[in-house]
Amino acid sequence: MKNLDQIREKYKEQYKEKIGKTRIVVGLGTCGIAAGGGKVMDAIKEIVAARGLDADIDFTSCIGMCYREPMVEIALAGAPSVIYGDIFADNVEALIESHIVNKTPLYELACFQIPGDATPYEGIDIMDKAPYYEKQIRSVTSRLGRINPESIVEYIATGGYEGIEKALQLDRMAVIEEVKKSGLRGRGGGGFSTGTKWSFVYGAQGDKKYAVCNADEGDPGAFMDRSVLEGDPHSILEGMMIAGYAIGADEGYIYCRAEYPIAIKRLNLAIAKAEEHGLLGDNILDSGFSFRIKIKAGAGAFVCGEETALLNSIEGLRGMPRVRPPYPAHKGLFGKPTVLNNVETYANVPFIIRNGADWYAAMGTEKSKGSKVFCLTGKVNNTGLIEVPMGITLRDIIFAIGGGIQNDRPFKAVQSGGPSGGCIPAEHLDTPIDYESLGEIGSMMGSGGLVCMDDTTCMVDVAKFFLNFTQLESCGKCTPCREGTKRMLEILQKICDGNGVIEDIDTLDRLCRVVTSSAMCGLGQTCANPISSTLRYFRDEYEAHIIDKRCPAGVCNALLVYTVLADKCTGCGACLRACPAGAITGEKKQPHKIDPAVCIKCGACIQKCKFDAIIKA
Amino acid sequence: MSKVTLTIDGIQITVPKGTTVLEAAQQAGIFIPTFCHDPELSRPGACRICVVDIPGARNMPASCVTEAGEGMVVYTDTPAIIEARKTNLELLLANHPEDCLTCHKNGNCRLQDYAYYYGVRPGAFTGEKHDYPIEDDNPFIVRDMNKCILCSKCIRMCEEIQGNNAIDFSFRGFSAKVGPAMGTTLSDTEISNCVFCGNCIAVCPVGALTEKAMLGKARQWEVEKVTTTCPYCGVGCQYDLNVKDGKVIGVTSTDGDVNGRALCVKGRFGYGFIHHPDRLTTPLIKKDGAFVEASWDEAIGLVASKLGAAKDTYGPDAVALLSSARVTNEENYLMNKLARAVIGTNNIDHCARL
Repeated sequence: MKNLDQIREKYKEQYKEKIGKTRIVVGLGTCGIAAGGGKVMDAIKEIVAARGLDADIDFTSCIGMCYREPMVEIALAGAPSVIYGDIFADNVEALIESHIVNKTPLYELACFQIPGDATPYEGIDIMDKAPYYEKQIRSVTSRLGRINPESIVEYIATGGYEGIEKALQLDRMAVIEEVKKSGLRGRGGGGFSTGTKWSFVYGAQGDKKYAVCNADEGDPGAFMDRSVLEGDPHSILEGMMIAGYAIGADEGYIYCRAEYPIAIKRLNLAIAKAEEHGLLGDNILDSGFSFRIKIKAGAGAFVCGEETALLNSIEGLRGMPRVRPPYPAHKGLFGKPTVLNNVETYANVPFIIRNGADWYAAMGTEKSKGSKVFCLTGKVNNTGLIEVPMGITLRDIIFAIGGGIQNDRPFKAVQSGGPSGGCIPAEHLDTPIDYESLGEIGSMMGSGGLVCMDDTTCMVDVAKFFLNFTQLESCGKCTPCREGTKRMLEILQKICDGNGVIEDIDTLDRLCRVVTSSAMCGLGQTCANPISSTLRYFRDEYEAHIIDKRCPAGVCNALLVYTVLADKCTGCGACLRACPAGAITGEKKQPHKIDPAVCIKCGACIQKCKFDAIIKA
Repeated sequence: MSKVTLTIDGIQITVPKGTTVLEAAQQAGIFIPTFCHDPELSRPGACRICVVDIPGARNMPASCVTEAGEGMVVYTDTPAIIEARKTNLELLLANHPEDCLTCHKNGNCRLQDYAYYYGVRPGAFTGEKHDYPIEDDNPFIVRDMNKCILCSKCIRMCEEIQGNNAIDFSFRGFSAKVGPAMGTTLSDTEISNCVFCGNCIAVCPVGALTEKAMLGKARQWEVEKVTTTCPYCGVGCQYDLNVKDGKVIGVTSTDGDVNGRALCVKGRFGYGFIHHPDRLTTPLIKKDGAFVEASWDEAIGLVASKLGAAKDTYGPDAVALLSSARVTNEENYLMNKLARAVIGTNNIDHCARL
């Protein structure tokens, strides 16, 4: 068998030379581009050319600090890399002036530094010690924001394709045993042992087998897979190749949602480069193992993230779940034995094979090993992509990494696992996170979305939001999901509109029970979790809506009454002028009044009032 | 063949391996309701009305797609199962017209039967109901998608037995609907590829699909079903003539030996000749330029004498016989004998060969 030693040495040299120069790197993941990274890139090119500066310009993907995008990394030759946040077209010139021309970091915009072998700058956090990263570990995400994701040179120079090289020298069953021993469990949310799943496909009879990657990430507030796909596409290919070798597949499919165009572009580039290098195709590295990967773009159905619906979709059928059993391991894509794993699961595999199962199993809890990538979003100060060891507490994630709740408001709940997950209240903040513990408290690991909520969030409204989502995304095949989600949503809407009756809670309870237990696929079986968890932990809010006709969080418009506090009102007339409905009356310098019958509850008056004299309750 | 023994509601039953829990229960005489299950079609496990309790299973498995296992214990009527069935029936009724009084399927509707059996009444859930226009722009099939419970039997019948793929699901979730591609109707045959065999009607468990010509003609219990063989071609499909007051009001599928429930457009819908005023009921003989009613003896005698005369005058090969695909093989055989043995000519042919 051939090896990559020669090429790896060459690429390591090239990479070392590249990062040894003065360089400017812009974060161009979807988050960076959305925040204006493209314009920053254009500005940098212009400034560097105009001033004739000796600096390489490059791009990378998201390093995780989405709340500081657009981000720019600058390193002088032989000096530490400094990663800056909130860089826009209007402050980028000052940044370059300071860091490159005057050789002084722009301290006020610096997020952290990565010194490498150089002497660190004083006054800038080193990455591992920066508050955002201190409790994180970077394993699957280690290349994110650090390499150019479109360069196979940088992937190979940083240990890429060492995993497949090592795997090809092992017996196929030994590869599966290694993955089993690592304790890796499905990162798409199911949490099934990856090695065990592979062994089923290994043992299944079939003249052809497939390795399929589920990149149809669709949960609201989840972007883990997108970040990995955009930031380290080769790691997915390598993970799939290792799986393909282990189970005896010669073909792989990546089912990626079409809403991820950058991910698809980078995957296509990665596949082309890997083929050029003989890492995909026939007789890979003269090992006798052949493997090809195709990309199938989804057409925008959430249910296609369900594994059997995904397989139907690849086959050109309507994306509707199939009955299981038979499981894909025995009868999967085109009726052949198929291993189906999520992006993050595959991305973990090269690291496990390269560093060994023990290295991986040393991280995490007894039953949930390794790290997990989460997306921290909602009312938290630091929103972004994080990778933490299994077993970390929600408190550490939300307060140490996330920097607490915005505007110092009280934490109310966190929704984990997207629309299939549940709302976890403050009393469970210290629960160590793993597959089992999240299930016990009425939520689930899911794919890794964490949506934080403060006291201005109405839990009935949150349940309604998620039900609206699942109701729209139900495929319509089975009765409880198709009809049940619709009725649950209608009842929630009724409660939010102030028309709820106390029996509605029992009806919701019954619908949750029946839909969960009798629906056909994972979407239906979990879609009631946002309701059942909020009923479990925030029943009083439902009762307040129904009995007192009051929304404690002040969100449900139909239940709010806008009132002027006479003792605070100065009679300035700002609210009166702002009211589009003509609901406010009052003489100048006299307290004003709002006629609730005319008020359309738009909130314009509250925004205009400088004296906090208008309240909604 | 290996066998497995399982216990359903305390009744032990041994069935061949591969038998579903539903089939095993049916063999044991235990009732489990079904909407989407059909023994002749593939099994989507979709309607969830046949769920059962199998201790150890993660959820409530659908008995129609769960294989009976050795030592398996199944309960079909626990409070949780009954609650799930009733709730799912309530959910279906919540999005179903309450017009059983005038529905053609009244008395022959599974939704109605199960609602009755489980004591489920409409109105448990209020909210949006579908308000689709009724599709009746073709002469044969009326599609009322407001009554459809999306069991998908019609889709599978069309795909798996008829092979036309005229209809499938479109849209998602609550908006999911069965119909031809591009939102068109069956009558748009360029797109729908529908041949109006009506086999979809034969499997519809509710009143969503009905025979247009039968609407308003008879309540289900007034109809006498007379099983007979279709006269159109030699295949010999069997079907039920639906007879009310001595008149054929329509054709419905029966379980025919050669055709199952499948029929073609002619067999299912081409019965209009039976009571048509233009239908010939006695032989006619043209006399002085006008047809006059005659007896069979008279007519056959006339034909025999004319054929005999032609043969005598011009030889047997002056006579040719053309037989029909609408008569039986035996009758065609006799025709052949008449040509070759009686008349003495090989001039015999048959419309199916043209």
